[in-house]
Amino acid sequence: MWLFLLTEVMFFGGLFMSYLLMRNWYYPAFVEGSHQLSIFWGTANTTVLIISSFTMAMSVWSAQMRRQGLLLLFLGLTFVLGICFLGIKGIEWHEKWEKFHVPGFHYSEQAFLNPASDPEVYKEYHDKPLSPDMAQKTEEYFFLYFAMTGMHALHMVIGVGLLIYIFIRARTGAYTNGHYTYVENFGLYWHFVDIIWIFLFPLLYLISRY
Amino acid sequence: MSEPNANHDQEHHIVSPKIYLAILLSLLFFTGLTVLASYSDLGQTRVAIGSLDTGFTLYWNPVVAIAIACTKMTLVVLFFMHIKYSTKLTKLTVLSGLFIFLTLISMTLSDYVSRAWGRW
Repeated sequence: MWLFLLTEVMFFGGLFMSYLLMRNWYYPAFVEGSHQLSIFWGTANTTVLIISSFTMAMSVWSAQMRRQGLLLLFLGLTFVLGICFLGIKGIEWHEKWEKFHVPGFHYSEQAFLNPASDPEVYKEYHDKPLSPDMAQKTEEYFFLYFAMTGMHALHMVIGVGLLIYIFIRARTGAYTNGHYTYVENFGLYWHFVDIIWIFLFPLLYLISRY
Repeated sequence: MSEPNANHDQEHHIVSPKIYLAILLSLLFFTGLTVLASYSDLGQTRVAIGSLDTGFTLYWNPVVAIAIACTKMTLVVLFFMHIKYSTKLTKLTVLSGLFIFLTLISMTLSDYVSRAWGRW
């Protein structure tokens, strides 16, 4: 399982590397792009995911202690928190859609050429208008935003799907008979996805705020 | 007779819920800390390399944010993922993964910065 996670590190590592270089090249675009994200939803999602990691750790503990009822409770909680995370992510993505910030086919640089046209963000950050070529590069920021959060969300969807499978199997007592390796390995996967988010959150949301 | 069993128990050390709860609370604490830190300007330091016009400016906000994220990652890996209680082989696997990741990043970056020196 750990070897699989190492390949995942390399996979997400490429995304982090391109974020690093792009941010360096198009710094003003990345700063103003990140001002479009909501710290409130980002923090909420981080909290949800961290608590879900805790409930997952408790699921493994319940399986180890052969407590079927507790195992089902914690697996259920992890599932609900996973769905919560995806729901909040959906709210955020929907906002990007409404503001024409989905790169590729539904994109407008208006909010960066003329920041005052987006009063909600403007009143907080008073961003200066970007030059037209730099404003174009905000699309690069949102491309990376969607690529990174999208890949992360895909991992969450797979995780939530596996949780349903584990939950059904746990109801028949499959993991409370001493054979809890499957739950344990799934826990490793879930925590790994949590760690990716722990890095995405400051990089995408936090570091250009003051 | 009891030795294989003792070994088995060591391989799958059961971490107590109290530790999980403590880790959860510290992870939440660090999340709050990183959000608070992001709202204040933590300043910058000019690092000169060689002559005056080459060098770079180190902004402390991202450094602090990444440092907090690394701390959180360490807590998750050590306790939620049981690495603190794992065999040396597993520990080595995790460390080598981290090492290769950092090697790849630093080699890519050293290539990048050395191509057009000073124009980063």
